[in-house]
Amino acid sequence: MPERITALNPMGYPPKVERRALAPRLDTLDGKTIYLVDCRFDDSELLLKEIQHWFRDRMPGVKTILTRISSVYTKDSPETWEEIKANGDAAIIGVGH
Amino acid sequence: MRIDHDYGVPTVAVHTSVFKWVVRSVAGANGMPHMRQVFVPQPVIGKTPSELRAYVEGRDPVTDRPVMQEIVEGLTRPFGEDELAGGEFERTTPRVADTGSEDDLQVLFREKRWTDQLPIVLPTEERVAAMLKGTHRKAGEIVGHMRPTDFREYWEYTVEKVAVNAVMAGARPEYLPVILAAAASGVSARGSSTSSMATMAVVNGPIRNEIGMNCGLGALAPYNHANATIGRAYNLLSQNLQGGSEPGHTYMGSMGNAYAYGSVTFAENEERSPWEPFHVTHGCKPTDSAVSLFTGCRATAFSLGLREKHWRDHVQNLLRGLDPRTPPVFLLDPLAARMFIDRGGFKSKQEMIAWIDDNARMPAEVFWDYQLAQNYVYPRATFGEEPWATRLKAAPDEPIQMFLRKDIHVVIVGGETNPYWRIMGATHHKTSSVDEWR
Repeated sequence: MPERITALNPMGYPPKVERRALAPRLDTLDGKTIYLVDCRFDDSELLLKEIQHWFRDRMPGVKTILTRISSVYTKDSPETWEEIKANGDAAIIGVGH
Repeated sequence: MRIDHDYGVPTVAVHTSVFKWVVRSVAGANGMPHMRQVFVPQPVIGKTPSELRAYVEGRDPVTDRPVMQEIVEGLTRPFGEDELAGGEFERTTPRVADTGSEDDLQVLFREKRWTDQLPIVLPTEERVAAMLKGTHRKAGEIVGHMRPTDFREYWEYTVEKVAVNAVMAGARPEYLPVILAAAASGVSARGSSTSSMATMAVVNGPIRNEIGMNCGLGALAPYNHANATIGRAYNLLSQNLQGGSEPGHTYMGSMGNAYAYGSVTFAENEERSPWEPFHVTHGCKPTDSAVSLFTGCRATAFSLGLREKHWRDHVQNLLRGLDPRTPPVFLLDPLAARMFIDRGGFKSKQEMIAWIDDNARMPAEVFWDYQLAQNYVYPRATFGEEPWATRLKAAPDEPIQMFLRKDIHVVIVGGETNPYWRIMGATHHKTSSVDEWR
């Protein structure tokens, strides 16, 4: 019978998770302004341009604005979020990882 | 995703499919498990507009539904009551992992991804208690907080938790103050970056000789118990105390990095250095003991000696071979340091660093076209951050400096068997006091 050993757990302590409520969704995108937000990572802007073209071709009632976060993707961009809150109805952010 | 929660703007995040696990777990840990996420194929980088249009017209590889349908519904489909609710929940880590045979526990630790896939010393109560004798600090004291990436939540850890990982690495109690200092830095040796980063840990001061660290012949190689186990402990504690390092979830390094087994961990050869020790340059007294942590360690260049006629060209060639985002740390054998003094006339380390800064240049249009410059430097330049904003205005063929002088460093290490020198692409984050943890 091999000796039985008790080992301690090497993991750290996780923080408490607070559930955050997300913004209510829109009834429709028609007549709305959607910001396409380039997070400036690995050619994100090129993909967002194609999403913009898709809206132009398939849902012309949607106004899209392509914008960029104000620094590198690892930093928060409150100026960008303020602008979208003031002037837009929704956002599509890409390409994240 | 603060925009959705904090600013009340309905948002969809578009990711490439290889990140599906990591972005979902990040959303969950940030309290937004129902965040609307849509996936396109990997990669986006390097694709033509028509290829990207095909992504947009195609199907989400995770859900197999049309990408644009997912996006439109992500902005318009109402949340259920449970999805809108707030609330909170606790997560805990038990003190004891398990009880079993040596073999069973080795398997458990490996399967839980608590190891580096090599056998570990099992952290029994007795071994951890012995390890704790290496510090005057109490077992329950909080040492710091760590996370694998800026987007994740910080985890917390105590002196005992650090000691558990130090035991697993095979370290001795007298090494514990160095390991605690590395842990207290909050700099993770298990960053999740796709770039496959690793770390470098440079130890300075009296502690080097007190615990028998190697700063001479073979210092960076696996020939010294303190160097090897301190480095391994730093890596094990990073992955475990930050909440894991699991490929696809909390680790996304595409190729990985062999330096991540134990970091590049060594002591500086202060005795044979012509210049002041690294920690003294960074605010410590020579009698202080400290460990300095660097991240990066992807690009490594090396050369032998400095030839009279073209040494400047040779150094410049190596500097241009580094990636343009990560600054150079010169690791000089003491013989090489003396050659730099003889050839360059550098009376101080700072003079050598100034020369490197002036000579690490490439044509502006070449520099700005690097993907790494586009991702990490160009955005800062476009929003006016100096000196990048000025460098962005340079003519396309004007040679511009690649780095910032404050980020360039020199460390002396080696056994003087030949004047070899090396450049590690690495960013210095912190010089952390060892003495506080004795």
